[in-house]
Amino acid sequence: MIFLWAFVVGGLICVIGQLMFDVMKLTPAHTTSTLVVVGAILDGFGLYEPLIDFAGAGATVPITSFGNALVHGAMAEAEKNGLIGVVTGIFEVTSAGISAAIVFAFIASLLFRSKG
Amino acid sequence: MRRGRTWTFPNKPVIISSAAVGGPFEAQGPLSADFDILHEDFWLGQDSFEQAEKKLLEQACERTIDKAGMKKEDIQFFLAGDLMNQIVTSSFSARTLGSPYIGLFGACSTSMEGLALGALIVDAGQAEFVIAGTASHNAAANRQYRYPSEYGAQNPPSAQWTVTGAGTGLIAKEGKGPSVTSATIGRIVDMGISDPFNMGVAMAPAAVDTIEAHFRDLDVDTDHYDLVLTGDLGRVGHRICADLLHKHGLNIPQDRFGDCGLMIYREDQPVQAGASGPACSATVFYGHILKEMEKGNLNRVLMVATGALLSPITFQQKESIPCIAHAVSIERMR
Repeated sequence: MIFLWAFVVGGLICVIGQLMFDVMKLTPAHTTSTLVVVGAILDGFGLYEPLIDFAGAGATVPITSFGNALVHGAMAEAEKNGLIGVVTGIFEVTSAGISAAIVFAFIASLLFRSKG
Repeated sequence: MRRGRTWTFPNKPVIISSAAVGGPFEAQGPLSADFDILHEDFWLGQDSFEQAEKKLLEQACERTIDKAGMKKEDIQFFLAGDLMNQIVTSSFSARTLGSPYIGLFGACSTSMEGLALGALIVDAGQAEFVIAGTASHNAAANRQYRYPSEYGAQNPPSAQWTVTGAGTGLIAKEGKGPSVTSATIGRIVDMGISDPFNMGVAMAPAAVDTIEAHFRDLDVDTDHYDLVLTGDLGRVGHRICADLLHKHGLNIPQDRFGDCGLMIYREDQPVQAGASGPACSATVFYGHILKEMEKGNLNRVLMVATGALLSPITFQQKESIPCIAHAVSIERMR
């Protein structure tokens, strides 16, 4: 059953993104950032984790999950270290993703040239 | 001589030579046979797309001069423009050419802006040999105006594909070739459209304004020209342009009214609404159209190059797109 919900929920998030892009005429950067912010807000209200339990990868793969992870890291650190934890924790969960993006982009840029 | 905002050229300056250079995508299109040079390599062997664009313009100039049997020292003025910041493609090509140079910015209308000014200079007797031209490179323009291709942003169906190429023409006091008989200078028309992925629609009213002015100033019938060709309105923009002209009572016969942006690529090439870019009208005109005139298939042509004069900054600040169109009439003298 989780496969079905992953498909539906993940697809729905993408449909919203496509509508923001095509109908609301947002730029790709605005579309992506808005979805990140939405994920962050949802987690702030404690709503994103239940969505992940319900839809699995349907909720973790789309970019909204990045916003969720930012807030998650910040909240967890804040509980341990107080206000300073918000700053130190914000990239804690996401650092693997960000570092991987930088490292692999660097390798790709060394090995390949743009085709156009 | 001037009638309204149309210059007429009584001394009939002649386009004695021209050249069109294209990239790999243009080589797959239906006009490939009309290009002088076609490149298989999107980079043209250069280190950057911007350098490739400069190479395109330099090669077009070189070939134009060669075809006229002249040397680059014989060129008295070089008029060029392009889409790069500070029109570097043109200025760097002018450095190579070494001629006195006037840089132009008319975005995709530069091809006809240059031809009109070149004809004016020659007609006035201020020069005997002037080269006018422009270039664009798909990937360089994407980087300048939209997103680098590697970014992988989606293009909506109304977006157009910037032509990789360059087109130049040598305008002379006398010689063999078609004559430039008049030019109508456009004014800025801004209908409040701010979507840079819908430039054809934004530019259509500018084309209508200039075409109307041209026919009004010269007082000629709509079937005076064998072909009226807009620059790069694309599928959507060209239809709007035809509808608006019809509404204004200017009925150019359908089979004599075309758009360069719909000619350069095949239907099945993935270019959304058609081609665009300064090189779109420049390569179609300096390549295909002049060859058709030489063969005698066309005698009178009105080229209406359209330009969207926005910058990435004005777009980010949510300004609308000011547009312009310049029309030049070219006639084969018998």
